[in-house]
Amino acid sequence: MLEAFLLLAAALLAVGLYGALSQQSVVMVMMGLELMINAVMVAAAAVWFHTSPQLPDGQVLVLVAMLAMAVEMAMGFAAAIAIFRARDVDVTDSAGDLRG
Amino acid sequence: MAEWAVFVVCALAAVAAAVAVFRVDSMARATFALLASFVFTAVPVLLLDLAYLGVLIVLMMTMEMVVMAVFMIMFMMNPAGLMPMTMVHNNKGALAISGAVFCVLAAGALLVPWPREPAPPPPADPTLQLGKAIMGGHMMVMMVAGLVLFATMVAGVVLATGRGRYDRYGDDLRGRPDDPIRGGVGR
Repeated sequence: MLEAFLLLAAALLAVGLYGALSQQSVVMVMMGLELMINAVMVAAAAVWFHTSPQLPDGQVLVLVAMLAMAVEMAMGFAAAIAIFRARDVDVTDSAGDLRG
Repeated sequence: MAEWAVFVVCALAAVAAAVAVFRVDSMARATFALLASFVFTAVPVLLLDLAYLGVLIVLMMTMEMVVMAVFMIMFMMNPAGLMPMTMVHNNKGALAISGAVFCVLAAGALLVPWPREPAPPPPADPTLQLGKAIMGGHMMVMMVAGLVLFATMVAGVVLATGRGRYDRYGDDLRGRPDDPIRGGVGR
């Protein structure tokens, strides 16, 4: 059963990674990142339940992942608003200032 | 057996909804597909006796996706998907990378010798266990989390504010603001 949960997490993480790498829209990139964090939450919950349910560490990790998701969304939207207001940009290809 | 069937249905639906996020034309539909994926993912978490965290995922994601739908309509072109368009770059490369990552992770999940002996029984109340942890041994984690959330609120407001006090009063904060509409009550 643990393997099934981890396969679900791997599939969600792969789909999210595809979105984060391929999408041009800033908000769609954020959706990909959220899917990846969601995969981490599923994997942490499953490993907690199947290996060490007597310890609370797995649950705390899920809570921290949820916090990371909230921070990512809040800061992502704030940055999207700032760059849209400054340059009228809403796609990642137009915001490549740090491109090497 | 019933739990297994529920898990399989919800897992397949979660992955299908996640794929739909990047397949549908309408960005509003993409938002709600993502919400569906999160809700279907919360059900397996509930099957792991994590009632509090499962419900928290559903409630938090519902609010997040509603906010995201508003942003989609505010900022993104073609929010309703009336004009079919693709906004992707390096599609084949992204597919190859994500496929390779899935293969590596799936191989790890299937090949790692996970402990075969039955795990100890879960606590009678996992929510109580979590509450005691974050108010006890893991309190530092929650204190840092509080600081991070506070910093996020401040930074988010600073970034999203269109015209802050330095724009209005100048770099030394001694100028006179040229507000298009003056504040106050006209006295």
